[in-house]
Amino acid sequence: MWSNVLYIDLDKGEHTIRDRADLFDKYLGGTGVATQLLLEECPAGVDPLSPQAPIILSIGPLTALLPCASKAVSMFKSPLTNEMGESHVGGRLAMAMRFAGYDSIVIKGRSDKPSYLSIHDEEVKIKDAASIWDVSSIEVTGQILRNVEPGKGRRSIMRIGEGGVNQVRYANVNVDTYRHFGRLGLGAVFGSKNLKAVVISGTEEIDIPDMSAFKKMYNKLYNSVVDTDVMDKYHDLGTAANINVLNQLKGLPTKNLKQSSFENAESLSGEYFADNLLFRKIACSNCPIGCIHIATLKTQFHKGHEFEFRHISYDYELIYALGTNLGITLAEDVLRLIDRCERYSLDVLSAGGVLAWATEAYERDLITPSDTLGIALRWGDTDKYLKALDQIVKMPNKFYQALAKGTAVAAAEYGGEDYAINLAGVEIAGYHTGPSSIIGQIVGVRHSHLDNGGYSIDQKASSQQLTEEKMVDKIIYEDYWRMVNNSLVCCLFARGVYSEQIMIDSLASVGIKKTRDELEALGKEIFLAKYQFKKQEGFDLGRIKVPSRFYETVSQLGKVTPETIDNMLTLYREKTGV
Amino acid sequence: MPSRIKVANPNRCIGCFSCMLACSRTNVNSVSLIDSAIDIRTSGGLESAFVIIVCRACHDPPCARACPTGALTPRDGGGVVFNKDLCDGGKSCAQACAHACLPGAIHFNRSGMPLICTHCGVCSKFCSHDVLELIKVEVL
Repeated sequence: MWSNVLYIDLDKGEHTIRDRADLFDKYLGGTGVATQLLLEECPAGVDPLSPQAPIILSIGPLTALLPCASKAVSMFKSPLTNEMGESHVGGRLAMAMRFAGYDSIVIKGRSDKPSYLSIHDEEVKIKDAASIWDVSSIEVTGQILRNVEPGKGRRSIMRIGEGGVNQVRYANVNVDTYRHFGRLGLGAVFGSKNLKAVVISGTEEIDIPDMSAFKKMYNKLYNSVVDTDVMDKYHDLGTAANINVLNQLKGLPTKNLKQSSFENAESLSGEYFADNLLFRKIACSNCPIGCIHIATLKTQFHKGHEFEFRHISYDYELIYALGTNLGITLAEDVLRLIDRCERYSLDVLSAGGVLAWATEAYERDLITPSDTLGIALRWGDTDKYLKALDQIVKMPNKFYQALAKGTAVAAAEYGGEDYAINLAGVEIAGYHTGPSSIIGQIVGVRHSHLDNGGYSIDQKASSQQLTEEKMVDKIIYEDYWRMVNNSLVCCLFARGVYSEQIMIDSLASVGIKKTRDELEALGKEIFLAKYQFKKQEGFDLGRIKVPSRFYETVSQLGKVTPETIDNMLTLYREKTGV
Repeated sequence: MPSRIKVANPNRCIGCFSCMLACSRTNVNSVSLIDSAIDIRTSGGLESAFVIIVCRACHDPPCARACPTGALTPRDGGGVVFNKDLCDGGKSCAQACAHACLPGAIHFNRSGMPLICTHCGVCSKFCSHDVLELIKVEVL
């Protein structure tokens, strides 16, 4: 029904639009279609930072139509892991793509000079970004683009900061100031294409085949999002509520996962942030929840009550990565570190993971002041971490060049692999809850805690005594069904609302008939297609090494043993065939 | 007693656009932002406050005075009633609204027809943060 793909060739400076109903009819949209486009467009074994490597963006059949269908999917080859890259974003991008009339966008090639893309309805232009290429801050870049581009008021602006321009392997793409295509280095891919930014807006009017059925569905979903408590967690304290919860359960990675609880957790808690620093909450387009928590950081820069203030979005993962995991004791210092990563468009989880490994390696004299250029990395020392972040982006020597490639690469060069906290080459999310979290991030298609919510299966296991096989079954169920969810594309925060039946009914309300069995089979097919790409690029579940630190530090479910991980991984591979 | 839309708590807006989608869904049977008679936007990106533009329900509305074809006539309780058969798409109404110390609440759909608020209140029903309210007004 909606199947327009915009192909942009930065080499030739050309674009075409093709109707890909063949893909959208079968794979719905979002991650389902993006996976197929990646398989079509990405040559096997390609350097992820070469012109031939594509960037794919996709929305789905529910985007901008039903509440919380507010996310856009990106796919690419990851410069961090050298295999499949996928990341999702909220903000305004998904709705802007819908109303601009593009269900997917494929960007290939490399611009011969710094450029940005200007996409407003049918007008698609590659424009000169000479004046903004060296602007290090994503905030200033956004301000400049707002002044020169059309679509004022509701457009979406993706852009990279200096981290992306310099191709730090975990640079993210900032979207609409407070949201990100994070984790697997899409920002570096932008940088490699000389692509600084993409601005999108549109004015389409969407016709729905059966408006009265659609309205009924809309109302039902809106009410369950707004009037029930199913989304409370996200709009009250937000995800930051997890700090106190996981700290008590011993699931909160602290000081490079030397500990799983933090003596100062209370001062970094969601409660502390909300009571003392929270300034406002805003929403992604088409989502009435408003889970984007924004703090104000007010700092004095001179005597005589001279203050500067910054607005910084925060979430649980960020507070873990640049807080507990670095032994930071003040929430305000966590904000300073988040702000620095934001400025450069660095993925916060990876930046925090890299700094945590480097701190421990420094502590153990594995790296020296001559490596760090005199920066004495120490738990809790915010000023040192700020300086180290500057150096990671500038990459003045071999050590910082290694840090800019991620924890796994740095440890392979300098040692300390037993405490290089990564799974499948990706710095972990903020959970040390037990075996499902570890397995979930290893097997997850994008090695994200959100691929299958392994942490939440551990939490269930703590009360229900799940066997290892049962946990694996639950991981597989989530792996498959979240492929469906991510093809629609609904926000995973609303997964409590979008049950299997609600997904079926929602699709029907916009004219797409699918049965439960069809959706389940589709989820599995998309999952396997992703593994096809992963294997093609050399990913092998048989070669994963789990750093021993994961086994040494007690988790919510006690100490995890290598035997458990081996057994669960074997079961997972038997059951899925990957 | 007639009603009108009031921007009761502008600073509570989270920018979800549910109100605009409700307006176009209900009044135009489409999913779109430009078919909405109310207009929520940022001015300076998400770092800034949201701007909420709605029909102010004027008594003696300048848009009706400016309309040369009689498509807009004053409504009981303020604002106007729109007769689309009489509209020639000339846009005088929008200019009058924007120039009379008013918010520029009239804009146009893709085919150039104005979107005129009927003060039905559906936007306020889909505002989860009490930004918009439907209030009763005396007929003057």
